[in-house]
Amino acid sequence: MFGLDRKDLTLFLVVVALALFAPFLLNPFPSDSGLAQFNAGYPDLMQRFVIFGIFAIGFNILFGLTGYLSFGHAAFLGVGSYAGVWMMKLLTMNVIPAIIISVIFAGLLSALIGWISLRRSGIYFSILTLAFAQMCYALAYSVLTPITGGETGLQLNLDDPRIIGASQTAEGNIPVPHLFGLEMNQTWQLGMGGWEFTFSAGYYLAAVVMLVSFYLAIRLFRSPFGMMLRAVKSNQQRMNYTGLNSRPYTLAAFVISGMYAGLAGGLMVAMDPLAGAERMIWTASGEVVLMTILGGAGTLIGPVLGAGLIKYLENILSKINKGVLEQWFAVMPDGIDTFLVTIVYPFIGKGWHLTLGIIFMLVVIFLPGGLVEGAQRIGKLFRRTRKPAATDDPEHHPKPQPHVGE
Amino acid sequence: MGILEVKDVNKNFGGLKALSDVNLSVRENSVHAIIGPNGAGKSTLLNCLVGKLIPDTGSVMFDGQSVLGRKPHEINQMGISRVFQTPEIFGDLTVFENVMIPCFASRDGAFRMHAYEHTRHETDIVSMAEQMLADVKMLEKRDIHAASLSRGDKRRLEMAMCLVQRPRLLLLDEPTAGMSRADTNNTIELLREIRDKRDITMAIIEHDMHVVFSLAERITVLAQGTPLVEDTPENIKGHPKVQEAYLGEAA
Ligand SMILES: Nc1ncnc2c1ncn2[C@@H]1O[C@H](COP(=O)(O)OP(=O)(O)OP(=O)(O)O)[C@@H](O)[C@H]1O
Ligand SMILES: [Mg+2]
Repeated sequence: MFGLDRKDLTLFLVVVALALFAPFLLNPFPSDSGLAQFNAGYPDLMQRFVIFGIFAIGFNILFGLTGYLSFGHAAFLGVGSYAGVWMMKLLTMNVIPAIIISVIFAGLLSALIGWISLRRSGIYFSILTLAFAQMCYALAYSVLTPITGGETGLQLNLDDPRIIGASQTAEGNIPVPHLFGLEMNQTWQLGMGGWEFTFSAGYYLAAVVMLVSFYLAIRLFRSPFGMMLRAVKSNQQRMNYTGLNSRPYTLAAFVISGMYAGLAGGLMVAMDPLAGAERMIWTASGEVVLMTILGGAGTLIGPVLGAGLIKYLENILSKINKGVLEQWFAVMPDGIDTFLVTIVYPFIGKGWHLTLGIIFMLVVIFLPGGLVEGAQRIGKLFRRTRKPAATDDPEHHPKPQPHVGE
Repeated sequence: MGILEVKDVNKNFGGLKALSDVNLSVRENSVHAIIGPNGAGKSTLLNCLVGKLIPDTGSVMFDGQSVLGRKPHEINQMGISRVFQTPEIFGDLTVFENVMIPCFASRDGAFRMHAYEHTRHETDIVSMAEQMLADVKMLEKRDIHAASLSRGDKRRLEMAMCLVQRPRLLLLDEPTAGMSRADTNNTIELLREIRDKRDITMAIIEHDMHVVFSLAERITVLAQGTPLVEDTPENIKGHPKVQEAYLGEAA
């Protein structure tokens, strides 16, 4: 079905289910319980999960398949954001044109940067992309202020010359981005017992776009083109002597992943119509590298998992403060509680980077294939413990019954 | 006129004269062996044919067209495939994918944006690759990673990758090095079969004289970058210059 193998189809359907039911799945704790702060099912964060998921899926097409490690992908996300905001300023508050123009601009910029950077490989390629991204950042921050808004960033104003639609609403406010009238910040609440679930129009738009991107990525991975990209990573020399020109392949992969980044940038604007130069800074480029490696470079689902984990830590861990810790450990005897608070404190709040660093270190050392490899190992453990029971002692089980569902 | 014409080729590495005034003519649909002691410049000569190196002087013509200044993938698209001295395969890919890639290169050219179709649904490519793997008796290894093959199997795979392209000129750099006696004989058998069935020209570098004398119609002896003699296998066997430069050294 959908032109996918059974295994890929299963994976895709699981991701569809996760994305559609995320408002439930990410809110496992009743809203008045002490654990409610671990709930991630609010629109703002869920949107970030899927948007950064798209960013990482695209990055993985370049890095995971061809092995070319770009340190400048945030530039494409940033350009996409600026283009999207301009579309809303000039044309319409409908998000579709904004998203399309984001993808186009990111594609153009990545074609230019890729065309130059791909003349080198390895560390030189990485440095070139980093240099270009930092140049874009510097330009956006200073020289291009009329276009980018410089330090303050680019925002909508009350006097934007919007061709389709009004500059301001009847109440004199800036209009809200919408999809053919459906406003992106619209939400519906559902209360069930102690639980509160929020469904947001913006999240569902982003989730559907993510699912489409994910589907296209699976198709690409399984296509001849995807195989050629893996050939680039494996042995470029053999590829060239086999009659294939590796340059256009790497450039196409670079542009596609740049367009994914632009799509993510456009969606950010659709959720919240502003853009700033900080989206292009090198730490933002580094973050998507971490997401991809953490989840599992070259795997289909890994980048999405990595993006989710990092965004979860960033938003949940960083909100825990000393007061919350003291509450948790209050049940402990005196002395021990202050001790525990002192130990844990560096890892939360602003210190969440420390936690991320440790997790990253552990994954790279013990699970070079990322979270996906971890999941595979756990899966294998289960299979290994089940198998011997089925195969040992054939004498006593002349006709082993197949497991239900196998 | 041969299909491959090498004229007055010189190649220096720093002060080292790797090739000096090499002339070579390979007749179409023949098997031409190039032999010579280690460091004679045999691999360097092949490198000049496939665009890995550019000779300092001289010309290399394939089927009336110069190959010099062309990129490796362009030279391959002209109809020249090469098996390297140390196997060059796609180690991270499966054996089957290794064979499919050259099929795509032959069918679709140097680049094709082909990102939506499932590889498995390319039935013509799949059956071509399966047939090739069956020919080299590696079909049962189709799903293992090429990097985990034995050295002999890697060579066999690389040969399959070249043969499946149906090249007009096949360059083989020590195709049986590292193979068992049985595998060597299989390889000889395979190359013979292909030589008899298809229109193909082969230039083969080999240290194993059994392979050379089983396949070659003409032999060029290279020593210290210069061709000493070119003749039929029968005449080469007893040639005094060859004894001196090559067989004499080995004995
Ligand atoms: N890229 C290079 N740079 C410098 N010297 C080289 C290079 N390639 C080959 N040489 C030198 O050129 C000479 C010829 O090397 P070549 O590999 O062509 O020999 P060969 O006949 O293939 O030997 P073998 O039988 O050992 O494979 C050697 O002395 C080698 O060291
Ligand atoms: Mg050699």
